[in-house]
Amino acid sequence: MADVPYLLLGVGAAAAVTFALRAIPFALKGALKDSALLADLRSWMPLGAILILLVYAVSGVDFGGSSHGIPEVSGIVVTAGVHWWRRNAVLSMLAGTAVCLVLANLVF
Amino acid sequence: MPDTSQPIVSTPAAHSGFRDAVSEAGMVCLGFVPLGMGLGVLVTSHGLPWWLAPLLSGVVFAGSVEFILVGLLAASTPVLSIAATAFLVNSRHLFYGFSFPLERVNGPLAKTYSIYSLCDEAFALLSGHRGGKASSSQILWTQALLQISWVSGSVLGALLGSGFLGQVKGLGFLMVALFTILTIDAIRARPELSLVLCAAGAAVVALLIAPAQMLPIALGLFVVLLLARHWLEARRRRAAHGEAHHG
Repeated sequence: MADVPYLLLGVGAAAAVTFALRAIPFALKGALKDSALLADLRSWMPLGAILILLVYAVSGVDFGGSSHGIPEVSGIVVTAGVHWWRRNAVLSMLAGTAVCLVLANLVF
Repeated sequence: MPDTSQPIVSTPAAHSGFRDAVSEAGMVCLGFVPLGMGLGVLVTSHGLPWWLAPLLSGVVFAGSVEFILVGLLAASTPVLSIAATAFLVNSRHLFYGFSFPLERVNGPLAKTYSIYSLCDEAFALLSGHRGGKASSSQILWTQALLQISWVSGSVLGALLGSGFLGQVKGLGFLMVALFTILTIDAIRARPELSLVLCAAGAAVVALLIAPAQMLPIALGLFVVLLLARHWLEARRRRAAHGEAHHG
């Protein structure tokens, strides 16, 4: 079943495509040096991209399952609340994840 | 030819770079281990050899596409289709380079590694105000630690199988928690409602159009909105400038 050259080739192709995608903006950046557009993108991109990653991660939650996503939503509320209050990323992540894991494994 | 622009005594900086990386990204790295285990379990459960797990996690190192690749490789999908899938799923990376602080990474080899290992989490942890103070060594350590945890997790999962952490539900929440925290930090650093609305709108539209390709579509839409905003602001500035001159 395991055709080793095929597996290596498949992984190599995926890795090459991924590296090219990651490198292209840096190559373009050289050409766009000192452009006002690039300066705007640099200051506007991170907030929006991170928010989109958050929506993406939340969209992976199974809201139709037996727990209806209640552990995850509770975890988000606790994470956000603790983070707004204490501004300590480690603490917020531990508190929110603990709530989510306890609800997912012991309650639902 | 050694790089003489760097101070010769770099140990204290390297040391604190490692410490900063651990304190900023340590929890995410811990979260990567069980997620990587999920990938390892998937590899062996498809009847593929265990070493494919570290190969995928270490060489491709791009999160979700690795899970898809396991299924494609197990089904002997043609290499061209694999490349096309990798392109579609990973096209979101086209947008990360524009705001990633690569200029702060010293040396061509280190820069190449930094580009190579620029995953979602590395982008999120190091771009914007968070990465604003990160040194070259902190950036590199953050990326290396993320990759090491991910690869270690995948090996553990492939070798131990699903018996270990596979039974614990909800571990994927760590990534949700991470992005919640990073979003709050990003909003605090730049409390601009219009950006939040543009991004949220792009995300919702992408989810409605094609949930399976949500990330590239949402990021693409968001960039289009930013281009439009840049163009409008530039035009308004030009108009204001013109008025000042003529009237």
